[in-house]
Amino acid sequence: MWTVLRIWDLMREVRDPEIPALNVVEMGIVREVVHDNSTWHIIITPTYSGCPAMKTIEDDIASVLSNNGIGDFRIFTVLSPAWTTDWMTDEAREKLRLEGIAPPQKGSADKGLLMGRVRDVKCPRCGSHSTVMISQFGSTACKSLYRCESCAEPFDYFKCI
Amino acid sequence: MNKEIYNKYIIRLADDALILGQRLSEWCGHGPILEEDIALANISLDYIGQATNLFKQASVADELGRDEDALALARMESEYNNALLLELPNGDYAFTIARQYYYTSFYLLFLERLKQSSDSFLAGFAEKSIKEVRYHVQHAGDWMLRMGDGTEESHTRIQEALHQLWPYLGELFEMDDVERATVEEGYGVDRSLLLDEWKMKLSDLLSEATLTLPESAWHHTGGRHGRHTEQMGFLLAEMQFLQRAYPGAKW
Repeated sequence: MWTVLRIWDLMREVRDPEIPALNVVEMGIVREVVHDNSTWHIIITPTYSGCPAMKTIEDDIASVLSNNGIGDFRIFTVLSPAWTTDWMTDEAREKLRLEGIAPPQKGSADKGLLMGRVRDVKCPRCGSHSTVMISQFGSTACKSLYRCESCAEPFDYFKCI
Repeated sequence: MNKEIYNKYIIRLADDALILGQRLSEWCGHGPILEEDIALANISLDYIGQATNLFKQASVADELGRDEDALALARMESEYNNALLLELPNGDYAFTIARQYYYTSFYLLFLERLKQSSDSFLAGFAEKSIKEVRYHVQHAGDWMLRMGDGTEESHTRIQEALHQLWPYLGELFEMDDVERATVEEGYGVDRSLLLDEWKMKLSDLLSEATLTLPESAWHHTGGRHGRHTEQMGFLLAEMQFLQRAYPGAKW
């Protein structure tokens, strides 16, 4: 018997294709799991409007459900409430850091942070606070490119939205 | 709610996002430096994503039953309703940045109003897009300062671009029957009310960048009604080629 909790567990098996260290629940991409009239409704939301991973994520969710014998499901995309980096758990942030990606600062509602006055991005490798932004836009829409002045390594910073 | 007007409104917004996204994507592989190449490709992707969200919504009530791909890629030139500003060729980097700043600073104000829309889709779309567009304004604003207050060459080029683009700005603030109807129904934005605030913010940035605000009051118009510049056909030829040559092709 499938329960909402067990479907959530299945969702945790789906990795973010661009950040495989995290699953789509930790990323905050899966918003809701609802059982309605014998159909499972999976509600997801994109990190960025143009996130090219969304199609893959949808396909991966569909195949995890099918592989577990669940045929009756629908996947819906919603835009509101808009995804925010604040939904990332502390555990997810630590996993990002271990992957070499500096996690987003908390409080994305702070306009100062949104407008790029990020004061303190710690190097995910050596922990130094002496880092500089190279470019606001990095390898994917959700990341900026930084360099550590202490260990001289370039790294991605998961920017706040 | 008048569904026909609602769909027209969504298509206008979608076309603005799509055509700007297409133009920005042309920089991919041609950016002046690697970081800028990546930045513009990222920004382009945001606009194409926003366009996809809008076209999906338009497809729900499309009388011809077209899906988002057909709406984006299989219409004729006269059926596109984007502002003319967005279809102009990229020019040099100063021209691209000047357009980015002009447009995104307007678009951010527009989205902030649209977030109050009585239509839950449009309000949600605005809430989502604002987060992306803030980064775009900041990106273009940084470059305006750098070029305006940079070398004589960069200053001349960005000032020239600001002048060339200026006659295309007025169209963004135009209100016609469609726009007025959306405001009356409570889901659209009165564009004419954004002008003063936009100009004020613009002149603040321009003076910081040692640049001058162009003055002419006359402006081009026609995009909202499918009357385009001669550049639009070339843009569509490239953007639509695959779907015209191989209808229904999937990646």
